[in-house]
Amino acid sequence: MSAPMESPQIKSIPLFRVARSTRMHKYVLVISVIVVAALASVPIWAEVSVTRTMVTLFTLLALAQMWNLLGGYAGLISVGQQAYIGLGAYGLWLLGDVIGLHPFIAVFASGLLAVIVALPVAPLIFRLRGGYFAIGTWVVAEVVRLIVSNIQATGGGSGKTVLSAARLPIDTRITGTYLLALFVAVGSILLVYFLLRSRLGLALTAIRDNDLAAQSSGVNVFRAKLSVYVIAAFGCGVVGSVVAMNLLRIQPAAAFSVNWTAYAMFIVVIGGFGTIEGPIIGAVIYFALLQSLSQYGTLYMLLLGVVAVVMVTLAPKGIWGYVAKRWNIHLFPVRRRLVLEAPPDEEVKPAEKPDAAPVPGSV
Amino acid sequence: MDWVNVALQGVLLGGLFALFATGLALVFGVMRLVNLAHGDLGILAAFVALFLLDSFDLGVFWASFASIVIMFGIGYILQRGLLNLTIGPDDTRPIVVTFGLSIIIQNGLVMWFSADSQGLDAGRIENASVRLTDQLAVGWYPLIVFVIAVVVIAALQLFLNRTKLGRAFRATSDDQEAAELMGINNRHIYGLAMAIALAIVALAGVLLAIRTTFDPSQGPFRLIFAFEAVIMGGMGSIWGTLIGGIVLGVSQTIGAQAFGAGWGIFVGHVVFLAVLAFKPSGFFAKTVTA
Repeated sequence: MSAPMESPQIKSIPLFRVARSTRMHKYVLVISVIVVAALASVPIWAEVSVTRTMVTLFTLLALAQMWNLLGGYAGLISVGQQAYIGLGAYGLWLLGDVIGLHPFIAVFASGLLAVIVALPVAPLIFRLRGGYFAIGTWVVAEVVRLIVSNIQATGGGSGKTVLSAARLPIDTRITGTYLLALFVAVGSILLVYFLLRSRLGLALTAIRDNDLAAQSSGVNVFRAKLSVYVIAAFGCGVVGSVVAMNLLRIQPAAAFSVNWTAYAMFIVVIGGFGTIEGPIIGAVIYFALLQSLSQYGTLYMLLLGVVAVVMVTLAPKGIWGYVAKRWNIHLFPVRRRLVLEAPPDEEVKPAEKPDAAPVPGSV
Repeated sequence: MDWVNVALQGVLLGGLFALFATGLALVFGVMRLVNLAHGDLGILAAFVALFLLDSFDLGVFWASFASIVIMFGIGYILQRGLLNLTIGPDDTRPIVVTFGLSIIIQNGLVMWFSADSQGLDAGRIENASVRLTDQLAVGWYPLIVFVIAVVVIAALQLFLNRTKLGRAFRATSDDQEAAELMGINNRHIYGLAMAIALAIVALAGVLLAIRTTFDPSQGPFRLIFAFEAVIMGGMGSIWGTLIGGIVLGVSQTIGAQAFGAGWGIFVGHVVFLAVLAFKPSGFFAKTVTA
């Protein structure tokens, strides 16, 4: 209802508000809740082999979200996230087996371990830009890998078995690992979503468009990038920990493998760089390919490389980028839109149609 | 004397690192492209030489020479056919594309040649050594590699400073648009820069392959060492890569001597990170920061 008496000044101001959600987003929310609930019920009715494979899907999805947060939103292309994957995996062993935390708690504490390493590392490698930053992250991963595989305490090159997790009752472990992985996957999506809606998200958008302009408008570019780097390290640490929980066996060559980065990059590039939806679609596609082609091993990796190169060259926005542009769909309301509001009836009608009598039923 | 010997080995090893680093620095200098497949392309060159050696009765020298020529051609085609398409304001695309290339080369080599270690046999020269004093001896082969590295770097510097084409390289590096307005075809220059870079890294690859065994997974390590040499030497300086390479080589051999073989590379990384922390522009920073 509009106020009966309005001053002429207010009338002349265009009426709009800033909105993010549309009605569609309510449906998206409802459907998402149903999907997540359905996924949570999987351990009740599915076989162990299914839940184990699903854990792989969830961890890859979370990893891709973290890589995309760095590369797609902060412009920090990393080829060294395996540093934090591996730290998370060894963190599960350290905090679970050595310190004696419950493995399910150790999973999240391992993320903090990754943060402790990421904090001093970030200012150092932020001195590098672009491609050199990427190789710098790789050096960090190599340094951590060399330490872990050269000292005796961590089992050297042959690695460790996570006994604290292996000794859990088998049903608890399998269901628990599955639910943890689901939680981590959903959590990674929500984390990126709320991050983008926050002040930090606004800062990142500004930095992505033009970091000099952002800096001069008062955005603390260093702090924004540092936050994203540390958050992604936390996420990757937790992911590595869940992977270790699923496999129960950790080896430096696998835990610190650059293939983790290759998977994440492939998923993000095919799904859609710089979108939340992209990694979800990419992870599902990657997973479908993995199920049908993984017995080919090296050929499969080669194909991933080819697809990544072709996508970036010919369709750099990925599948979701195309969908979003073609139909203007954004499943996650992270964008701010201007919504013009219809001015109140009393003032419009005389202005638009000065002589027309109001017609009942017309809008 | 032991330590002097170890350090000397490190200096000579640094020549090889510098040779791997030169192409990386050149390509970055001319077109601000960081080629994440750089190391893998060097290893690919070693495999090309191996393939030519096995298939035709060429001898190591001509097989290596042919491999270098082939990589020169591949470099030009790769740049003009693929990488030029990704160069633009968005600097994330070349990184992803070259990382994809790295995966393609590594797995392609495994499919073709298997993951086994291979070697290029150059005969007696590999083990011959020259005695400098009673306790100091250096291998002829590492010495030759070092001299080749110095000659190649000097030649590249002369080419950039003294020739018309070299001037075009520097002009493009300074200001792409202005260079284009002066009639330079940037895309062609980029192609030539990548061709030269890959020819040099191919030389480095075959020299490495003669020195030691190699396998398809080694590319990333070569890339990382090359990168550390570039950053420590100072971006934009070709001679700097030689100094960076030597610092890395000495760090690795002394580290291995002091803490055991497994720690040599680690100490190299630590020295690199220390340089990044305390002298981030490197020893000979000249023009650009990335």
